[in-house]
Amino acid sequence: MKNLDAARIAEAVELLAKRTNYYLTKDVCKRIAECRDAETDPGAAEILDKIEDNITIAGEEGIPLCQDTGMACVFLRLGQDVHIYGGDLYEAVNTGVKAGYEKGFLRKSVVADPLRRKNTGDNTPANIYVEIVPGDDLEIVFAPKGFGSENMSQIKMLKPADGEEGVKDFVVQTVREAGGNPCPPIVVGVGIGGTFDRAPLMAKKALLLPMDHRNQDPYYAEMEDELLERINKLNIGPQGFGGRTTALAVKIIQAPTHIAGLPVAVNINCHVARHGVVRL
Amino acid sequence: MIEIKLDEPFTKEKLSTLRAGDRVAISGTIYTARDAAHKRMDEALKAGRELPLPIKDAVIYYMGPTPPPPGKVIGSAGPTTSGRMDKWAPELLDLGQAAMIGKGPRNDDVINAIVRNRAVYFAAIGGAGAMISKCITSAEVIAYEDLGAEAIRRLTVVDMPVIVAVDAGGNDLYRKER
Repeated sequence: MKNLDAARIAEAVELLAKRTNYYLTKDVCKRIAECRDAETDPGAAEILDKIEDNITIAGEEGIPLCQDTGMACVFLRLGQDVHIYGGDLYEAVNTGVKAGYEKGFLRKSVVADPLRRKNTGDNTPANIYVEIVPGDDLEIVFAPKGFGSENMSQIKMLKPADGEEGVKDFVVQTVREAGGNPCPPIVVGVGIGGTFDRAPLMAKKALLLPMDHRNQDPYYAEMEDELLERINKLNIGPQGFGGRTTALAVKIIQAPTHIAGLPVAVNINCHVARHGVVRL
Repeated sequence: MIEIKLDEPFTKEKLSTLRAGDRVAISGTIYTARDAAHKRMDEALKAGRELPLPIKDAVIYYMGPTPPPPGKVIGSAGPTTSGRMDKWAPELLDLGQAAMIGKGPRNDDVINAIVRNRAVYFAAIGGAGAMISKCITSAEVIAYEDLGAEAIRRLTVVDMPVIVAVDAGGNDLYRKER
């Protein structure tokens, strides 16, 4: 068993909130560069150049990559042999979010109520998901999620008869309808199966996978490739002004579902595909 | 691509020479407003009150920045999705607003208002807030301070890079034949 001070969890979350908003992970930078090299539309290539400049400027000048520093999505994988002391786990995460957004000069973009819309002033509460896993580590994945892309995400309860084609068409249609709104080039997270609530959570988790990750099931890995190809033929392009680079990647997570159902969720992320991990 | 320099005053005469797809570098005074500020401006107009900014020939940037880090006038400052302002944009364009800066497509009501008023809709690069912040040389909250990031700010910009997304003739870069 491992004893873990809640204060350490807060510190780790604070660090992640700052780091993820100023620096993209190497895999994302690499994928953007690859897409820039493969882009044949001059206008699109010019926009991708500016997107790369932005990454450099953010890191060198200490300015967040995007002004939408997001709602804090925090995924905890908590080892069942970890004992947390010194405070409440959820409070520790929110303490870290508050400190990170304040000291990191990040935008506070959370309203306390969806209709009355008063800003909470410190970007809390975070969206926190906890999964209990074997072991004595706590893994914290932090993903600030911007809403330009979140707003373009969709879920649909397809019929089993809609099958693979129905799923693929829905994914492509969701990206087509999103057009230039979600700051393309985008990352497309797809959740297939589970229940009405589980599919979008899988879609969001798919956005956290490394750029070079492929679905372990060859059937779904091929579907990822095919969807990426179809999406990049839509000619939406960077910022919606045409070009090949509409999506950087498509990631699928699938799960068992009911004999009567085929839930599909598509969660879209912008090119500022931010996330970071810490293990305690 | 060649950049066209656009300086104050942002008159309709100057703006009407721009064409969808043109790369433009804007310099001068512009104002920020996004969802909450537009809602309040609409309420002010409905109540017969004055707008908190000089709307004639104004350029409104749909943007809510991150707080300025030490030594900087503003933080990250990229555009937000313009479609959410479609509900309010025609009313302001009819009052003389010259241009909007945002990202993403506009609806037919906005395009019609652009044509009717010989206005322009510019797109800035979404997700390039660090780069755009370097073009901003001053920022001052002038209204609705309680809205935080959503308050109305007066900005001075120098060579801020934008693309003409919808020109005064209604040509729309988001809807061009592909």
